[in-house]
Amino acid sequence: MTEELRTDEHFRSVTVDDEPTAGVVGGEDDAAELCARAPVGLLAELTHRCPLQCPYCSNPVELEGVKNELSTEEWCSVMRQAGEMGILQVHLSGGEPTARKDLEDIVKAASEAGLYSNLITAAVTLKRDRLETLQKLGLDHVQISFQDVDPEGAEKIGAYPGATQKKLEVARWVTEMGLPLTINAPIHRHNIHNVPRYIDMSVELGAQRLEIAHAQYYGWAFLNRAALIPTYEETLASIDCVEAARERLKGVLTIDMVVPDYYAKRPKPCMGGWGKGFMNITPAGKVLPCHAAESIPELAFDNVRDRKLLDIWMNSDAFNAFRGTDWMKEPCRSCAFKDIDYGGCRCQAMAMTGDPRNTDPACALSPYHNEMVKLAKDEAAKPATEFVYRNPRNAAAALKPKEEPLVPAE
Amino acid sequence: MTGESRSPGRLIVDRETKPYMPPYLKLRHDAGRGRWVLLAPERILTPDQTAVAVLQLCDGTRTVEEIAAKLAEEYSAPADVITADVLDLLQGLADKGYIKG
Repeated sequence: MTEELRTDEHFRSVTVDDEPTAGVVGGEDDAAELCARAPVGLLAELTHRCPLQCPYCSNPVELEGVKNELSTEEWCSVMRQAGEMGILQVHLSGGEPTARKDLEDIVKAASEAGLYSNLITAAVTLKRDRLETLQKLGLDHVQISFQDVDPEGAEKIGAYPGATQKKLEVARWVTEMGLPLTINAPIHRHNIHNVPRYIDMSVELGAQRLEIAHAQYYGWAFLNRAALIPTYEETLASIDCVEAARERLKGVLTIDMVVPDYYAKRPKPCMGGWGKGFMNITPAGKVLPCHAAESIPELAFDNVRDRKLLDIWMNSDAFNAFRGTDWMKEPCRSCAFKDIDYGGCRCQAMAMTGDPRNTDPACALSPYHNEMVKLAKDEAAKPATEFVYRNPRNAAAALKPKEEPLVPAE
Repeated sequence: MTGESRSPGRLIVDRETKPYMPPYLKLRHDAGRGRWVLLAPERILTPDQTAVAVLQLCDGTRTVEEIAAKLAEEYSAPADVITADVLDLLQGLADKGYIKG
């Protein structure tokens, strides 16, 4: 026993992150072992309705309307099926999940199914008594996004007046009630200089966890890339700052970081591997391997209204399309890292090269890599463009390109 | 392992500490996978049997010394050696924010 104890290998940990592209992150063996039988994480996008209009929103540009949303009973069934098939954590997200009047029922169903429930909220419309009810029904953890630490900056990004004060109030309720709190910090060129202040704010609020989530350039963020992408130097400085804080704040604050991969040499192991440990359900019930999977036109997605969740996980064409490594082309196919990074992100390969089977251009071995780095550096060097705010009008305009001018925040 | 605090609020685990898991941590047996999992905010820890044995004794009333004594008896191992190892293990968990005292 003593020798065993000394190895310090008793608590291997795997992150099950709601952030776009993060998915399941951990030691390869740990994640593989946990995911061998079933996925461990489920992102439930309960609705695309949201009071905020952040230009880097991870929702698809084509937002789902309220009339197509799954019913209360359909979401509760999803929770039960998720628990039965071995999923361990659920992220109740959106849009703004509290926009669903039946969030209480869904949280209760998740809790009864044995799922660890994470509420991913903007918090601007959340009332204290509702939060208390959710806690009683079994909610395990609350994550609140802060668009910036400066209230003016936050208002400009989210286009919601008074957001910061309201968020701070809810964050204090969360810790007063003894719930664990995560601060979500979406990072881009307008707030990257505030990474140190995000860290201070998180400690001050008594948060357990801080997500330094550099924008990932899909969907809305892809449209807004020239408005958002920071310089290489700023990016490196933010990473150094986080690494120093992690050491300094051991046992006080856990900091998870999702870094932008435009400046990377190796691609991220997107979602911890396609169809490996994580699944995503849209407001209308489509089951996706990741947030952005609908950007790959050749894929068709099954719906929880038509098939059981486990059947979709095991047998659907979309989940099997890029599972494992058999689908790979060169240079991935013969690469020593193919079981580590899985060739990176399929959606980014699609967006940048037009073929989802290509190596993610974030990889230095991709023939598109230098072009992608140059694009990022050029955009970051120029003044930021205007935001295309995430709202239904801009979605409609963006989906028929160039026909209508984009509109500012409503 | 005594005294020094590298950061405000960091728990330094010693023999007198009465460790407990905060309520938002869930130690569950995952029947499908045939193993224990410790669920935390957006994290899953996979404790081995030894760690599970220690965690199950961390109820906020037993001191580290008492936990170690119980394990030493159970595993027929020298109490002082076990105590040192339990301290290491719990300090590692405390530094991740998963043990309070």
